[in-house]
Amino acid sequence: MKIAIQNGRVIDPASGLDQPTNVYVADGKIVGVGETAPGGFRAEGVLDASGCIVCPGLIDLSARLREPGFEYRATLESEMAAAAAGGVTRLVCPPDTDPPLDEPGLVEMLKHRARQPGFAHVHPMGALTIGLAGQRLTEMAELAEAGCIAFGQANHSIIDTQVLMRAMQYAATFGFSVWLQPQDAHLAKGGVAHEGAVSARLGLAGIPVIAETVALATYLQLARETGVRLHIRRLSSAAGLALIRAARADGLAVTCDVTVNHIHLCDDHIGFFDPHTRLDPPLRSAADRDALAAGLADGSIDVLCSDHTPVDDDAKQVPFAEAETGATGLELLLPLTLQWAADSGVPLPKALARITADPARIIGIDRGCIKPGVPADLCVFDPQGSVTVSRERLKSQGKNTPFLGRQLPGEVRYTLIDGHMAFSADRLL
Amino acid sequence: MIPNVQANPQLNSHGELIHLLSIEGLSREILHNILDRAEPFTAVAEREVKKVPLLRGKSVFNLFFENSTRTRTTFEIAAKRLSADVINLNINTSSAAKGESLLDTVDNLAAMQADMFVVRHASSGAPYLIAQHLAATGRDHIHVVNAGDGRHSHPTQGLLDMYTIRHYKKDFTPLTVAVVGDVLHSRVARSQLHALVTLGVPEIRLVGPRTLLPAAAAQMIPGAPLRVCNDLADGLRGADVIMMLRLQNERMNGALLPSTQEYFKSWGLTPEKLALAKPDAIVMHPGPMNRGVEIDSSVADGRQAVILPQVTFGIAVRMAVMSMLAGGAQ
Repeated sequence: MKIAIQNGRVIDPASGLDQPTNVYVADGKIVGVGETAPGGFRAEGVLDASGCIVCPGLIDLSARLREPGFEYRATLESEMAAAAAGGVTRLVCPPDTDPPLDEPGLVEMLKHRARQPGFAHVHPMGALTIGLAGQRLTEMAELAEAGCIAFGQANHSIIDTQVLMRAMQYAATFGFSVWLQPQDAHLAKGGVAHEGAVSARLGLAGIPVIAETVALATYLQLARETGVRLHIRRLSSAAGLALIRAARADGLAVTCDVTVNHIHLCDDHIGFFDPHTRLDPPLRSAADRDALAAGLADGSIDVLCSDHTPVDDDAKQVPFAEAETGATGLELLLPLTLQWAADSGVPLPKALARITADPARIIGIDRGCIKPGVPADLCVFDPQGSVTVSRERLKSQGKNTPFLGRQLPGEVRYTLIDGHMAFSADRLL
Repeated sequence: MIPNVQANPQLNSHGELIHLLSIEGLSREILHNILDRAEPFTAVAEREVKKVPLLRGKSVFNLFFENSTRTRTTFEIAAKRLSADVINLNINTSSAAKGESLLDTVDNLAAMQADMFVVRHASSGAPYLIAQHLAATGRDHIHVVNAGDGRHSHPTQGLLDMYTIRHYKKDFTPLTVAVVGDVLHSRVARSQLHALVTLGVPEIRLVGPRTLLPAAAAQMIPGAPLRVCNDLADGLRGADVIMMLRLQNERMNGALLPSTQEYFKSWGLTPEKLALAKPDAIVMHPGPMNRGVEIDSSVADGRQAVILPQVTFGIAVRMAVMSMLAGGAQ
């Protein structure tokens, strides 16, 4: 099908394009950008994007689909609908499924299940160790052949630093990336909230910032030693960010991301023990939150991700410390990016880079851009529109988010994946 | 910016108390109101017939997800002296974890026409979850009293401690108060601190080893006159009130403390240490005491100890709270 997307403000952070123009799509690919259609192009469908922004489909570096193993929490169908509604056309899913993504067969199955019209492209992250147990290495080469774009441990730590170093050495042998969340398992033991004035007042066991920095310092040194390509997932503290900056200044090519929750919320938002604010890593202080938001603006932090984690009500409607960690987020990635851009005074093209071109660079693919020849993965949204987050509106099976009831900027109008209309707000009318 | 505005679930829209979940957020007026209301109840215990009919026909469910004979008994006595029907439920947390969820249990008991839940739970914030659930399901005529949640709060203990201080010291505003021991894990300490701050105590010392004090101890209540003392003598010097905390068995030997002997040597309240406080200082303890660990027997049984009066006042204070919540206007 040939589609012309007309009269929108086209923003392509990768090329710096930002102007009112048209995008032409044929056979699932972008075939032209400009005032006039490529020769021989005859549109079969026209999308009027007046008043809207046309940008590359969003790329989410961390979204749990809950398959296999946790289908009572979410299914591929429910979460792919959520992705499309959120303008997300490509995502990385962490390996903490059940069983974990530590065998090529599981990865192939997931990729096969996800290969359906209107479903976002799925890039599995392979488990770095078997069962995420931190003891034996997985068959990384086989897993990469099956489609894994990086290797990591999701929320699990490798306690044995010798194993961690060997895992990095082995990954580096093949040029694979290792993506790790910095949290020292012992220092974080038993903790459920940022260790600070709020956790002291509420009587919640604390996870100190040093749990992040001790692990991070170890990872950075090991990366330097082994030469592995290291990506730090879900940074949570100003002190952690300072370590990343120092390592970069020292010549280490490390990259990192932060979640939408951690640039907008802090431990104060726990309020009266709201289980939706029980996250991993924990929401830290207001000063940490502000430092992360600023670090994302100045490029010290490469990517903003949703860290989408659907959790069923039964696992959230319990006392704070007993609640499962995580928040649903695929549908909030764009609104919370726009909110951050407005709060921090970041120009829209730069803000959108953090959820399109920058994550594509981390994955190592030539995507997240608008140019002839690439798959037509596009998001058309109304920046003047807004959404009020509600259980009814969320398409994800997970209704767990600290943003419930809040009004956020931006409204997705259309999402195209491989030129296929994966979501249209018109159909809701 | 994402604003942070959440309504305090223990107050209704008029600022009146509908549940007692924590001392945090209660005004000085409400605290004195509760203490004033407790005064006449101390006399009830002296009478031949130790009952008043304020809660006649009401059902109070003691919902204990964590074992506590003593606290449950004092709530039971308080409710019975108010003429309520009392139902005691001890729900072992481990069996609850395997089967019925906390809120399922609450729903079932609410369906039995409960008027009040007295809740003890090992998790900080559990009574909030219950109160919020009752509100969300249109049953906020059922009152929730927190009888201790994790490390967070034990508001009736905090109130009975304030009753005791007011009884012996009359005025809070000239006092120096030392809270000694395992502040980190203590819900009692957190309730005491909020109450002392609200009632205008100008100097509050948190006394203990660094492993038993929260990392941000001095900042835990914004603007409060909290001072951390890592030396017992420093903490006790010139104090008017000494509030000892119980050291739980599981914390005595391990990574927090090397041994009970060393703890007693550094932090145990002995007559010599007590002599550093004001001569008329009172010594309090929420019980049960570990004699020879946090307190020397000669102090526990000495003339400055007000530990047994605390227990007596505790019943009057719990009667005051329960009648205030469920007894209507007095």
